[in-house]
Formats: sequence, structure tokens, C-alpha cells
Amino acid sequence: MLVLVEQSLNGLQFGLLLFLLAAGLTLVFGIMDFVNLAHGSLYMMGAYFAATFTAWTGSFVLGIGLALCATLLLGIALEFVALRHLYGRDHLDQVLATFGLILFFNDAVRLIWGPAGLALPLPAWLTVPVQIMPGVYYPAYRLSIIVVALAVAALLYIVVMRTRIGMLIRAGASNREMIGALGINVKLLFTLVFGMGAALAGLAGLMQAPILTVQIGMGENILILAFVIIVIGGIGSIRGAFLAAIFVGMIDTLGRAFLPDLLRKILSSSAASTAAPALSSMLIYLLMAIVLVVRPEGLFPAAKR
Amino acid sequence: MKFQLNVPNVVVALVAAVLILLPLYSQLSGNIFILTLFTRIVIFALAAASLNLIMGYGGMMSFGHAAYLGIGGYAVGISAFEGIGSGFIQWPMALAASALYALVIGALSLRTRGVYFIMITLAFAQMAYYIASGMSRYGGDDGLTIYKRSDFGGLIDLSNRVQFYYLCLGCLFGGIYLIWRIINSRFGMVVQGIRSNEQRMQAIGFHANRYRLVCFVISGTICGLAGALLANNTDFVSPAGMYWTRSGELMVMVVFGGMGSLLGPVIGAIFFLVLEELLSQFTEYWAMIMGPLLLLVVLFARGGIMGLLGRMSRA
Repeated sequence: MLVLVEQSLNGLQFGLLLFLLAAGLTLVFGIMDFVNLAHGSLYMMGAYFAATFTAWTGSFVLGIGLALCATLLLGIALEFVALRHLYGRDHLDQVLATFGLILFFNDAVRLIWGPAGLALPLPAWLTVPVQIMPGVYYPAYRLSIIVVALAVAALLYIVVMRTRIGMLIRAGASNREMIGALGINVKLLFTLVFGMGAALAGLAGLMQAPILTVQIGMGENILILAFVIIVIGGIGSIRGAFLAAIFVGMIDTLGRAFLPDLLRKILSSSAASTAAPALSSMLIYLLMAIVLVVRPEGLFPAAKR
Repeated sequence: MKFQLNVPNVVVALVAAVLILLPLYSQLSGNIFILTLFTRIVIFALAAASLNLIMGYGGMMSFGHAAYLGIGGYAVGISAFEGIGSGFIQWPMALAASALYALVIGALSLRTRGVYFIMITLAFAQMAYYIASGMSRYGGDDGLTIYKRSDFGGLIDLSNRVQFYYLCLGCLFGGIYLIWRIINSRFGMVVQGIRSNEQRMQAIGFHANRYRLVCFVISGTICGLAGALLANNTDFVSPAGMYWTRSGELMVMVVFGGMGSLLGPVIGAIFFLVLEELLSQFTEYWAMIMGPLLLLVVLFARGGIMGLLGRMSRA
């Protein structure tokens, strides 16, 4: 029971992290019709910036704040230099160009920070376990990830649904030419949305950094998970991304935690220990396959254009 | 088909001549390295050509073609590991396994279009990667060493560099001939018609997805053959060889060479791998140059090298 609560919280935390990444991806896709593979690189850069700035300033909070700003600026610069020339192009062109950017970022990081990974140490006040239920303790840092991510999700909802800028974003998603014709500076809006997506990716990266090591390629596997989430949730739908992200985070975490034991009850222990790792890493892809068979357009598709 | 003396055709003829005569040069000059490099290039050219069949002619942007390289390779590696050394068993198994995987993945992925298709083929290929990493009996993450190359009786000796090179080259020419026959057949015309206008083809009475799926399976099977060759070339298969960046590289080869041109992928594979080789001799951080170069090609050189050559001959 104790393990189940703990693992469910881990799943929720992982799912929320995935949501931050998927939200940026789906926003950019929904509004600019742009597929950004380099989104994972921004996630990686967020983590590297955080590790570097924390080491420089000696303060975790200051480091994280600076890293967030740096990722935002990097995203805006990236959009300004390269990506805005790719809007309106074929999706294949966008995929290839951003694939080129991934190659570039990976080697640039290797050149600047070296091939070995970095560590982002936590301050003492985040390492204490917190009692969440009688007798159940949970690491404060993981709990704070859940709180921050939920707060960001709520903020995102308010910005998109309740503010003028959010109205423009939604209008841009449903008809780009029209809001341009109504006198809105579409270029500026796109840059802003891209920067926002970059900051979300950076936030996800720097929050994950203390749990795992900061290393080259850390954004790639998680980017593919974000793709799976978008496919399950429906492209361009933030609500879909949120629900699908939590779903995927839970299934992946709980599958890895409990599948080996479950299999051991059915199969012989040697067969179970062979099959379990492969099967638990397959779970979310199987889920995606099922969703595709039942609802090819995703569970919560955004309104048709 | 009348042979015209224009720039693309001359370049293609030159490339074919170089590929055929390469072992001779390697023997005379004693440069073994170039033969090793070009064996690799020829194998990747076959894989890129198979990808071009669905990307260039079928309009299906698969971002998961590295999975077939892995499946073809593991079919050879696992059979060798389990004591089946004969190529007459290994290679058909490699083809069958790739075809089966393509059938399942294709049937699922083809329910979607466009960017969904790119993401889904990518995700399924990544699943295959994780499965390979999880096969602890066959080396898991570390991969599987193949101690003996496929045995084809007295017919051909795969351990002989020159014989193996010509086998790969024969497979490449055979593969390209097959693709040429396919795209000029009724079946190929239908597939290209579906790429241009699916609704219209449906309305005429063609079952679009069936044609697409068959095309997808053919492409995957050819790529599986490339995987079997690659495993014999490196004497090793590992999950790293089917990582998603490998799929990206295959796409890059197709686009560099010219998507939808029969021989573009061959030119693209030569260009990409030779450039990679040269850059990595020059600097350890070759991808820092390759990445932006790719961005520039996408932005400014549509149609790739074959497209450029075609424009040169018209100018």
C-alpha cells in the first residue's frame, strides 16, 4: 500500500513534467502548424543552464530563475534566426531542419560542457522527506515538482482562456490569416508563443535535472514520450495533453514498478525477469496503438479548423 | 526509355562506374579503408532507397526506418547466436521479420496522416529500440557480436572483402531495379496517384490504404535486407544502431540526394557518409557543421542534389 501511494505520486510527478514539455510542443504545433524536434534540446539546455548558474551563484533558486530566463531568450533567438523561415513549409522540411538543430545542440553542449554529465545538487531544505499521510513520507523536492507543475498548468489555463493574449493565441490557432488581417502582429505573437513553449521545456528540464543527471541527449527520449502524449491527447489540445501526460506518466511508472512482480506470478521467475523490462517499456506504446485503433484523431482532439 | 546525355544522367553513370570499379582501385592502391567505407555507403544507399520508395513516391514520411535495419540485423545475429549459420535461412528470416513488423506498424500508423504519421512511426521505432535493449539473452544494451558471417555454402564468401562488397552492390542494384519496376507498374502508378490526390483515387475505386500498406511493407522488407548486410559488415548488432537518430540520418540522405528521384538516395548516401567521414577527420564535433548545413539545404536547396543537377542541365 505504501509503495503504491509512493509510486502513484512518482507517476503523477513524471506525468506533470511530461505535460510541461508536451504543452509547449502542442501549443507551437496548434498555433504555428510547426513541428519542433528541437524542443527536446531546449529541455536539455534548461537543465544545463540551471546546473551552470547554480554553480556560479551558489544559490539554487537564483540559478533556476536565471536558467529559465536564459532558455526563454534562447528560444526566442532560435525562432528569430532559423525557425520563423520554416513556418508554412512542409512538415518534412520542419522535421529535418529541427533534426539538424538537435545535431548542432548536442555537439555544441559537448564542446562547451564536455561529454561527462553534470549534477545539479539540491539545497538542504528540499531534501527532507515530508509526511503526506500518517506514516507515509515523500521527498520534498518531488512534492515541490508536483506543486510547481500544477501551478504552471493552472497559470497556462488562465493565460490561454482568460486573458487578451490567450484570446489572440486561440484565435491564431483557429485562423491565422484572419487575425493578421484584423491588425494583430502575427510575427510577434508567434515569437511570444515559441518563447513560452521554450520556457516550459526549460522548466521541465531543470526540474528533472536534480533527479537524473544532466547529460547530452537527455531531451530526446522524453521528446518521443511527449510525441506519444500529443498523439494520444490529440494534436493542438492542451487539455488533451494534460490528461494524456498524467495517464502516460502513471502507466509508465506503475508499469515499471509492478509489472515484474505481476509477471512473476504468472510466468516462471527467469522468464519474467527477461520479459518484464521489455514489456514495461512497451506499455505506453501499446496504449498509443490502442488509442490509434479506437480513435485515430486522439482522445481529446482540438476543434477542427 | 531513351538515354539522354544530360547532367543528372552523366553523374549517375559516373557514380555507377566508380562504385563498380572501386575494388580494383582499392587493390591497386592498397587503400583498404576506402573499400570498407564504400561497403557501408552502399548498404546505407539501399536503406535510403527503400525509404525513398515510401517517402518520395508514396508520400509516407516514415521516421522509423532504422527499426528495419535493426530487425534485419538481429535476425542474422540471433540465428548465428543460436547456431544457425546458413545465410539461406538467416536472410529469409531477416526479410520475413521486417515484413511482419512493417505489416503491423503500417496497419496501425496508416490510420493517420501527415505529422501524426511522422510521430507514430518514430514512436514505434523507439519501442523496437527498447525491446532490443531489453533482450538480455542477446546482449541487451551492449549488443550482440556475430562471430561468423552468414554462410552461403561455396557460393560466396562473405568474409572476403571484395566478394562482400560486390554482394552489397548487387543487392543495391537489384533493389533499385525492383523499385524502378514498382514505380512504373500499375501498382506504383496507383500509389503515386494516392500521394497526389487520395480522395480522387478513392473515388475511382482504389482502396488507398491497402495500396499504401503494401508499399510500406515492400519498403520495410528491402530495408531489412540492408539490415542483414549491415550486421554482416560490422559483425555486430546493437540497439544503438536502431536509435531514432539513425532514422533521421536515413531521411537526411534521401532529402540530400533528392526525394522522389530513383537514384537520389544513392547520391545522398554517398554525399552524407563521405561528408561525415571528412568532417570527423577534421573535427570531433562534426555534427556542429552537419546540423546547420542540413538546415541550409532544407531552406535553400529543394530537390536535393539531383534537383540541383536537373536545374543545371536545363539552364
